[in-house]
Amino acid sequence: MGVLQYVAKRIGLYIAVLFIGLTITFLLPRLMPANPIDGYIGQLQSRASGALTPEAIAGLRANLEELYGLKGDIFSQYLNYLNRVVLHFDFGPSFAFYPQEVSQIIFTALPYTLGLLLVSTIIAWILGNMVGLVAGYFHQKKAATVLEVVGILLYPIPYYILAVTVILMLSYVIPLFPLSPSFPVGQMNLQKFGMVIYNSLLPALTLVLAGFGWNILSMKALTVATTEEPYVTYARLKGTSNWTRMIRYVFPNAMLPQVTALALSLGTVFNGALLTEILFSYPGVGLIMRTAASSGDYNVLYGAITMSIIAVATAGLVIDLIYPLLDPRIRHK
Amino acid sequence: MSTTIVSETAAPATPKRRRDSFLWLLNGRLALGLVILAVFVLASLILPFFCPVDPSQQATYLKNMPISWDHLLGTNAIGQDIFWFLIIAIRNSLTLGVLVGVGVTIIATAVGLSAGYIGGNFERVVMLVVDSFITIPLLPILIILGAVIRGNSSFLTVGFIILIFGWAWGARTIRSMALTLREREFINMARFSGAGTIHVLVREIFPYVSAYMLVAFINTVLFAINTEATLAVIGLSKVEVPTLGSIIFWALNYNALFTGNYVWIIAPIVATVLLFLGLFLTSTGFNSAFASKRGVQ
Repeated sequence: MGVLQYVAKRIGLYIAVLFIGLTITFLLPRLMPANPIDGYIGQLQSRASGALTPEAIAGLRANLEELYGLKGDIFSQYLNYLNRVVLHFDFGPSFAFYPQEVSQIIFTALPYTLGLLLVSTIIAWILGNMVGLVAGYFHQKKAATVLEVVGILLYPIPYYILAVTVILMLSYVIPLFPLSPSFPVGQMNLQKFGMVIYNSLLPALTLVLAGFGWNILSMKALTVATTEEPYVTYARLKGTSNWTRMIRYVFPNAMLPQVTALALSLGTVFNGALLTEILFSYPGVGLIMRTAASSGDYNVLYGAITMSIIAVATAGLVIDLIYPLLDPRIRHK
Repeated sequence: MSTTIVSETAAPATPKRRRDSFLWLLNGRLALGLVILAVFVLASLILPFFCPVDPSQQATYLKNMPISWDHLLGTNAIGQDIFWFLIIAIRNSLTLGVLVGVGVTIIATAVGLSAGYIGGNFERVVMLVVDSFITIPLLPILIILGAVIRGNSSFLTVGFIILIFGWAWGARTIRSMALTLREREFINMARFSGAGTIHVLVREIFPYVSAYMLVAFINTVLFAINTEATLAVIGLSKVEVPTLGSIIFWALNYNALFTGNYVWIIAPIVATVLLFLGLFLTSTGFNSAFASKRGVQ
């Protein structure tokens, strides 16, 4: 009963997130004063030095509205948009790389983003929580304070500063990595795969550093609170070692809020990954978004954003569905 | 997101401690944070009056001049004085942060308090919206908006957009605070004495939450400055306006590292890290000070 209720609630949230997210991506640009079609026609007009006839402009406008999905009143546009995105996964063709499908462009970039994000988030989560656990469990010791200071210094530093500093230190001061990374195209083989890994190390390091600090701080606070629970005192009186108490008694309980926090902060983590990709020219979804934004390739932009909302919401759902496996209280309610 | 960590520099328990009414506020972390913030705020409020020219004006000085008395941090590759550009950037970023912070704190408090106190279906719907706003990644949406309103956006539009998407975290925390308050004795007392919902919210719950609002406000200032700077670094904010992000955008754009103008990129990095450290220390410092005052820790 408990599990079913829990799962139903999470799936409800998942649908709500998708719905609100898709609606926002649909509505916001339409509420903006600037119209991309007017902008585009204006560009063409100035390139043709005003030689376009009004009939040609009207034809152009009709075609563009069809392609951008801007035909009809706002409600039918919305239904059309949901229908295309949810049921057919169709975002139309790209404008900059016509006639390539947007979904195809995104699916080539998605493995890069997912790989980078997954590996760095897991490493940051495990490392940060281990350090936080040690810092919290031995919080009376001087050395633990040093670990906490690391967290305090790392946490407030924004992603872009970390990225620029990492580039500065590791490819300029100590030239271990190339200043502008190069990613091989075409069929993957072992050598190319090695190259991808080598070039991904700097962005991954940035993401790990960024996630590390917060995990230390919050895990430390949770651990300090958990060590004062009576069952930990009982374990100590029973004669268990420090190590057993820390790993078997304190960690499983202190970890639970961290799992929920991870699911909730995925959006933020994802923002960081996009930014890191842009700053490191890493060929993931973030770079695609940035390129599409500057070339006015709206179909690609919308596709990438819709995909990222779906991806983040799904990842959050997966974490939440794993949660009952970790917390027996939900299973046995 | 808040971490409550007790300071270890608590004053020894002398009888004097009660009389010095503000001593409970003083822990090492808060003091350091406030000092850093004070330096930044004062510098960015006072120094611009002595600024010789508009620092965002390009080609005012010779390019890439070294550090000297006339140019404390030298000049950059587009002929601007790096020191003055940085000062104005800090002022602009702080102004944006404070404006967004005020707006977000008001919205988050209203939403969080009403959801936590009224409860029921109202709370369920509000929390669904709040959780959705938290989960939806903000940067992609900002990138769309940046692309659509490119060129037409003013600096304040960027702030307004950050406001729309920034209130959810605070609302979530304030609501959980209101939830625990709802069960307290004195709230029941007020209710049984015939106080209405508005009265209980404003007169009984609000004073308890106000301490947390200050912490949430500082966190939002940090968030707003960070978000604007992030957009600026990738060139999607109003980069002509000096902010902590746009200065890095220009430095990266003109390859400050290759041309050897290290100050141009290192100065804003150091300033940002210091400012953010100051904001963060102040917010966690306040948090633990209030926690120890309330007797939670």
